[in-house]
Amino acid sequence: MPESKKTSRSFELAVVDFRTALELWPLWVRLGWNDILRRYRRSTLGPFWLSASMAISVIALGTVYSQIFNLPARQLMPHVCVGLIIWGFISSVMLEAGDLFIGSESYIKQIRLPYSLYACRFVLSKAVIFAHDVPIYIALLLYFRIWPGATAFLAIPGFLLLVINGMMTSITLGLASARFRDIPRIVASLTQIVFLVTPIIWMPEFLGPRSYLASANPFFHLIEMIRAPLLGSMPSMETVAVTAAVTAINGLLAIVLFTKYRSRISYWI
Amino acid sequence: MNLAGAEPENEAVVRLDRVSIVFPIYQGGARSLKKRVLFHGSAGRIGRDADDQVVIEALSEVSLSLMSGDRLALIGANGAGKTTLLRTIAGIYEPVLGSVVTRGLVSPMFDISLGIDSDLNGFDNIRVRAQLLGLSPAAIERRLPEIAEFTELGDYLEMPVRTYSAGMILRLGFAVATCVEPEILLMDESILAGDAHFISRAEARIRRFLDRASVMVLASHNLELCRRWCTKGLWLDQGRIREFGPVDAITASYKNSVVA
Repeated sequence: MPESKKTSRSFELAVVDFRTALELWPLWVRLGWNDILRRYRRSTLGPFWLSASMAISVIALGTVYSQIFNLPARQLMPHVCVGLIIWGFISSVMLEAGDLFIGSESYIKQIRLPYSLYACRFVLSKAVIFAHDVPIYIALLLYFRIWPGATAFLAIPGFLLLVINGMMTSITLGLASARFRDIPRIVASLTQIVFLVTPIIWMPEFLGPRSYLASANPFFHLIEMIRAPLLGSMPSMETVAVTAAVTAINGLLAIVLFTKYRSRISYWI
Repeated sequence: MNLAGAEPENEAVVRLDRVSIVFPIYQGGARSLKKRVLFHGSAGRIGRDADDQVVIEALSEVSLSLMSGDRLALIGANGAGKTTLLRTIAGIYEPVLGSVVTRGLVSPMFDISLGIDSDLNGFDNIRVRAQLLGLSPAAIERRLPEIAEFTELGDYLEMPVRTYSAGMILRLGFAVATCVEPEILLMDESILAGDAHFISRAEARIRRFLDRASVMVLASHNLELCRRWCTKGLWLDQGRIREFGPVDAITASYKNSVVA
């Protein structure tokens, strides 16, 4: 078979894989939901456990850092709160995506399911955990009497983009980690650094004339896409453009890798 | 779910054409990106093929076609490629060389406790299991009473599966597995291991279940079981077909070679 024909066949199979995964939504919704229930089970706090740990981080970091930066808590805490909630999603995707296919070995070796189904299941449970943290944001708005207005709804497309990016990244990292087992460790170190250099617990304005340190950081824009509307302002054009570009690159990378290496996953794990 | 896509019409339900399955072996260094980057280009690593990789050929040029009604027993020593062949027919390993064509829903039954979550109760596990086997949520609810009855677990179905004994989990998995309508049924004998009492009592249900399948492939070391349930035999030896034919002839010559 000529190389180009082989590639188009692989691409076709990758598309079929993805479409079949979407058709099987009742299965990954159930599996993803069970992943969440497993966190609840045998704990007295149940679902509140997830929200409680986030609430503690928000209050602790918000209080300490508003002292350090000498800012009123009313100004910094909502910023920290939304930032941490979004970062929770991003970091859990980055830290756990390496296990996407390796961790599903028992499934992959026993039954033929589309590989993208595992990514759907993974991202779904991360999105549900994100939803658990939203009440903290609402409570904070009420406490500080902040009203973002209708602009807040613009966070929804921002979140959808984040979910798409999460899905693509999990496929890319899952594939790469199935082949090269040290990738999860490399990503874990990077995640730590990204958290510190991205304006999550500090504000981009603190960079002063060196604001390029934030605007050159794609994670800043991914977060800002959601954080700005939730705090009542529009995301900048730069943020929209960078987020679109990041999504395109992420999508392209995942599609190329998935087309090329999808059929190798069961051999690698 | 036919992920293999549309294929030309053919009366064979399962057709393998010169299928080879080759596993790359990533020893230490090759698994690590760091080492790959650092030592790339350094010469003199042993046992590589043309692609610079250590490989194991698990199946070599296996050709096979099964018609509706065929019951095939896969026999051979450990490591002969029986499980690999089952997984290849199931579409889990896509062959690098050769082609696999299947017509109809493939039901792989290698591990009937796959997906069982010990923190969920019996009913929820039945639902997950049945959904993994391709049943729609509506069909599951319809069959739930029948499955529950067959497990004979009674009130235990309300309890988390972690409180079950191994035999009870097997019964649960078994009840769900045998409720689907298989077309191409792929089985490993290990699923019939364990609670012999239960299996013998469930013989009628197993029979009915097997009869519904258009094609069955069973990998087994138990020649008696093969003769009882299968019509054809395939003797695998080091990833190659040693002999293929009626089950009695194949089991006989396999037995002779083992004794000799």
